[in-house]
Amino acid sequence: MNGYAYLIWIPLLPLLGFVLMGLFGRTLRNASGMIGTLLLAGSTLLSFVAAYQYFFSDGKVNDVYRKITAFTITWLQFSPGVSIDMSLVIDPVSAMMLVVVCFVSLMVHVFSLGYMKGETRFATYYAYLSLFTFSMLGLVLAGNLFQVYIFWELVGVSSFLLIGFYYDRPSAVAASKKAFIVTRFADLGFLVGILVMAFYGQSLDIATLIGNLAAPQSAAYLSMTTAGFMGISALTWGLLLIFIGGAGKSAMFPLHIWLPDAMEGPTPVSALIHAATMVVAGVYLVARLFPVFSLDVSVMQVVTWTGIVSALLAALIACTQTDIKRVLAYSTMSQIGYMMFALGISGSGGEDGLGFMASMFHLFTHAFFKSLLFLCAGVIIHFVHSNDMRDMGGLRKLLPVTHVCFLVACLAISGIPPFAGFFSKEEILLAAYHANKPVYFIALFTAVLTAFYMFRLYFSVFWHKEPGHSPTHGEGALSMKLPLIVLLLCTVLAGFIPIASWVTVDGKTLATHMNPGFSVAPVVLSTLAILLAMRWYKKTSDTPDAAASALGPAFQTVSKKFYIDEAYLFVTRKIVFPFIGRPAAWIDRHIVDGAVNGIAGITGKLSQSVRAWQSGKVQSYALYFFSGIALLAIVFIYLWK
Amino acid sequence: MNLSLLVLLPVCTFLVLLLLQARFARQVALTGAVLQLLVCGYLLWQYLAVRDLGNTAPMLFETDQVWYAPLQIHYHTGVDGIAVAMILLTALIVLTGILVSWTIDKWQKEFFLLLLLLSAGAYGFFISLDLFTMFFFLEVAVIPKFLLIGIWGSGRKEYSAMKLALMLMAGSALVFVGLLGLYFGAGSFDMMTIAKTTLSQTSQSYIFIFLFSGFGIFAAMFPFHTWVPDGHASAPTAASMFLAGISMKLGGYGCLRVAVFLLPQAAHQYAWAIILLAAIAIIYGAFATMMQTDLKYINAYSSVSHCGFVLLGIGMLTETSVNGAVLQMISHGLMTALFFAAIGMIYSRTHTRMVASLGGLLKAMPFISTVFVIAGLCSLGLPGLSGFVAEMTVFMGAWQNPDTWYRVATVLACASIVVTAVYILRAAGKTIMGPLPENYAGLPDATWNEKTAAVLLVAAIVLMGVAPFLVTQLVHPGVENMMRQVDKLVTLN
Amino acid sequence: MNTVPLSHILFLSTALFFIGMYGLFTRRNMITMLMAIELMLNSVNINFVAFNKYLYPGKLDGLFFALFIITIAAAEAAVAIAIIINLYRTHRSIDVDDATDMKY
Repeated sequence: MNGYAYLIWIPLLPLLGFVLMGLFGRTLRNASGMIGTLLLAGSTLLSFVAAYQYFFSDGKVNDVYRKITAFTITWLQFSPGVSIDMSLVIDPVSAMMLVVVCFVSLMVHVFSLGYMKGETRFATYYAYLSLFTFSMLGLVLAGNLFQVYIFWELVGVSSFLLIGFYYDRPSAVAASKKAFIVTRFADLGFLVGILVMAFYGQSLDIATLIGNLAAPQSAAYLSMTTAGFMGISALTWGLLLIFIGGAGKSAMFPLHIWLPDAMEGPTPVSALIHAATMVVAGVYLVARLFPVFSLDVSVMQVVTWTGIVSALLAALIACTQTDIKRVLAYSTMSQIGYMMFALGISGSGGEDGLGFMASMFHLFTHAFFKSLLFLCAGVIIHFVHSNDMRDMGGLRKLLPVTHVCFLVACLAISGIPPFAGFFSKEEILLAAYHANKPVYFIALFTAVLTAFYMFRLYFSVFWHKEPGHSPTHGEGALSMKLPLIVLLLCTVLAGFIPIASWVTVDGKTLATHMNPGFSVAPVVLSTLAILLAMRWYKKTSDTPDAAASALGPAFQTVSKKFYIDEAYLFVTRKIVFPFIGRPAAWIDRHIVDGAVNGIAGITGKLSQSVRAWQSGKVQSYALYFFSGIALLAIVFIYLWK
Repeated sequence: MNLSLLVLLPVCTFLVLLLLQARFARQVALTGAVLQLLVCGYLLWQYLAVRDLGNTAPMLFETDQVWYAPLQIHYHTGVDGIAVAMILLTALIVLTGILVSWTIDKWQKEFFLLLLLLSAGAYGFFISLDLFTMFFFLEVAVIPKFLLIGIWGSGRKEYSAMKLALMLMAGSALVFVGLLGLYFGAGSFDMMTIAKTTLSQTSQSYIFIFLFSGFGIFAAMFPFHTWVPDGHASAPTAASMFLAGISMKLGGYGCLRVAVFLLPQAAHQYAWAIILLAAIAIIYGAFATMMQTDLKYINAYSSVSHCGFVLLGIGMLTETSVNGAVLQMISHGLMTALFFAAIGMIYSRTHTRMVASLGGLLKAMPFISTVFVIAGLCSLGLPGLSGFVAEMTVFMGAWQNPDTWYRVATVLACASIVVTAVYILRAAGKTIMGPLPENYAGLPDATWNEKTAAVLLVAAIVLMGVAPFLVTQLVHPGVENMMRQVDKLVTLN
Repeated sequence: MNTVPLSHILFLSTALFFIGMYGLFTRRNMITMLMAIELMLNSVNINFVAFNKYLYPGKLDGLFFALFIITIAAAEAAVAIAIIINLYRTHRSIDVDDATDMKY
């Protein structure tokens, strides 16, 4: 089958790992970590082969990267033409994501060998990791919209299981529930969106769907734009609903509330799921359906503004948080906001497609430096046994490798050349500059904020004060350091990979203009922000507190995360439960069931009133009998004439 | 293959059990149940073999014998794919139900006798093509439930048993009136004959109300669902499994096979009412579930919500949605049986079903907790498990009906998947996760019989979830036949 | 020949019937009630025989019926006395008012 039949093994190997460790976890115990890692190493190798084969050997026909379907089986047929197919599709975006997911997952698998050592549920942990990797790979390779949804739900549930891994901690349980329910709520939108798209597009296969809808005069396109509900066309509804699903998974405002809480999970999990792979699924989804999205300007506007608002909001909140993982979580949200708005401002072909390319580029580089940051955070937490920045300080001598890695990753995310983040962020800013000026300025401001809060974190953890810890153990095993170093190399080098010639919206090479003059402003501003952070946080000082109190209620609002959590809690606790749930239960108990009991009661009352006739006295029965006869006799003789 | 074997086998087991001493009761019952499953497996194999040969008759393995000539009551049996699927489901539930009741200590023999009687009724119902025979078996399947709950139940068992029996009897009465209407309208009790005659619109619409609401009571249609929570909550584990896995399916199957198939025009006429009631049941059942504190009540109310999908699928009257309704019946049967089995296992150890007093069971009983979580995930429609396949087919099918208000109902039904997630995760989060109370620390995990039962059900759920094409391939031709009939009669007028 | 008119005989049987009925309703002793029932049966017998004789002298149907009733009355008496004995064993009484267990 067109030379890609081996692709099926990429998701199947982790699935095999999941089944093995799920069933025999108790007997495998510590070996399960190695088994999981080795199986995933196999997948990673295959994914490299696939990407190489695709990008360098047979992906390109006439200078355009085409979509290759490696494998299709009809999984569930709904009606002629509409079915869920399990297919594996490789195109530039999925090839890139394939590599990212496999690689980061492998790093996390290796890191966890050291980090999770001694856990009683070690095998379970690796089983869940494998399940997640399988689902994520399935999502990446999916060629059918419903298949995307299926794996979408599966990554959701593996995320749920992993966040709740420390299940005896009530906070972890609450966080896992929150993550699942919030994303489920968004998935509702996705599901209804799929129903709308499938009905009008007459297919669930993404390529066919695009083919059916993207031609401006096609019957499907016309029927979809003319049909509507509440004054909004079916196309807009469908895309908006699908975007809600994507926004939920990618923690976009206002559905982002689950992401910071999700940090209750083990730190390597945060690195894998809540930084590099699952949370970018929303971006990936929009990218896969990009030709359809670009048909509708209003939806693209929604995508843009959701992205930029999330980016700004998250950056503001990140400046005020003190939990190291929460800062990273908000920075993730902010960076995903970047990717999202870059998609929103992108055009659908040629040079207009810069935003699309930049978004994918940022997705690619972000995966490396963000997972590096999280893994470093893992080492730090492992060392300090606390998540709170205020418990840290002066760790640079105790954790030299981590220190270097963290510093480089911070530089990368702040967009300082020559690290990976610089290149991708510049592309995004450039695209924004050309497409939409207000968005550009907000993005620029966000970039500056990013530099500030990342270095606030860096200085607080590694400088700030003398270490309050006596080093009981070192930085950790080799298995923990090795992934850091590999990811460090990626962070340094990933920016030089010519994504522009591979991953573009129309498959053609995009000529990029690296414009040094344009880059001056962001880089200089970011450097200033870094210097400010250095001045405030390198040594213990009271300037930050003074600044905070000077801002007063504004600071309070931001540090309370704009009270969005409280708003949700208000809606669920004070509106949904008392005004919908409780009445429903009450009505059922008292009105519906009351009617049933009432009927039974009335019947009972009626029988009560006639039961005295049934006295048990033979003679009264005989009396009734004879009177009956007599009555009948009278009726027949005198009345029945 | 002779379908009567399906009825004869439980009856024979019943007789053997009756004659033997009580201490062999469970072995005999188990052997009988295993044999049932084997016979059903053989039926499936034969069915597929015959279909593969290109036999496209609507019903296979038909036999027709006069039972009572003056009223033209025949013992007429035959199966299509839908019936075969239901029969397999029944066999699986019977086997697992007997396995989880292995350690029941009160009147063991009588308990298994009643279970076997119930299964005989269910098989007879699914194979009948004669309405009177069908009704006869329906009644056979009702009575044992009363005794099962009344004798072996817990809590307000007399009240619940009486309520369940009376409501189901009321359902039967309505069904019987409907059957008489059909008999006098079409001059026969035979389903295949009635299907060929077209009744007038007026008589159809009267008969339909009786038949659909009668079977609807069995299928927990809103507002006739209140027997479900009380009945399930009071019933012993196996009886809960039978109730949810078999009894409620009798209703759904009846609604589809008798009401919709025989009265297609009336079905179209009342589609709006069915959809309205189904949508209410789905949403309202889900919200009512959210407020429950007893695990059995949670599952019982969620059954109301899930059975709403069956009725929604039937009400939408598209081929895909009816297909989904059938899938949902199978899926709900498996899933709820598994859920009740898990709850029963937890209850037998902790002696409480209140969510608030449980916690952290994953530590004490990992196997049971895992089963519980799998059942929960299936209930909230996780892909890879059966619930997802069924619900999505219903949604897709429902959306094909282009009426805007029906679509609003569909969206509301979709919204229930969020509420489902809320109540399932709340229940699982409180009972399975969290800190383990000290008094539950040393409790034992599942025994062999419980493990076998759980593994069988989980395997079925996963098989259906991973390879739905196996099930649709069985069910779809039956649905297609039925819908062709329905559409033909409708377009005629 | 017909010196006794039919009406006399009917009067006798009716009187006998109502005497039986009176006994059945007023007596509490079951044996007495049984005897009252026998009276009623016999009044019916008289009717059968009389009607046979006066209306269909050529036929024997009425006599047959009378014979049937005598047979059944005997069987009935046996059954009734068995029931009464059993009641006496359980209730230590043959008063009909004490045997009112079969109520509501």
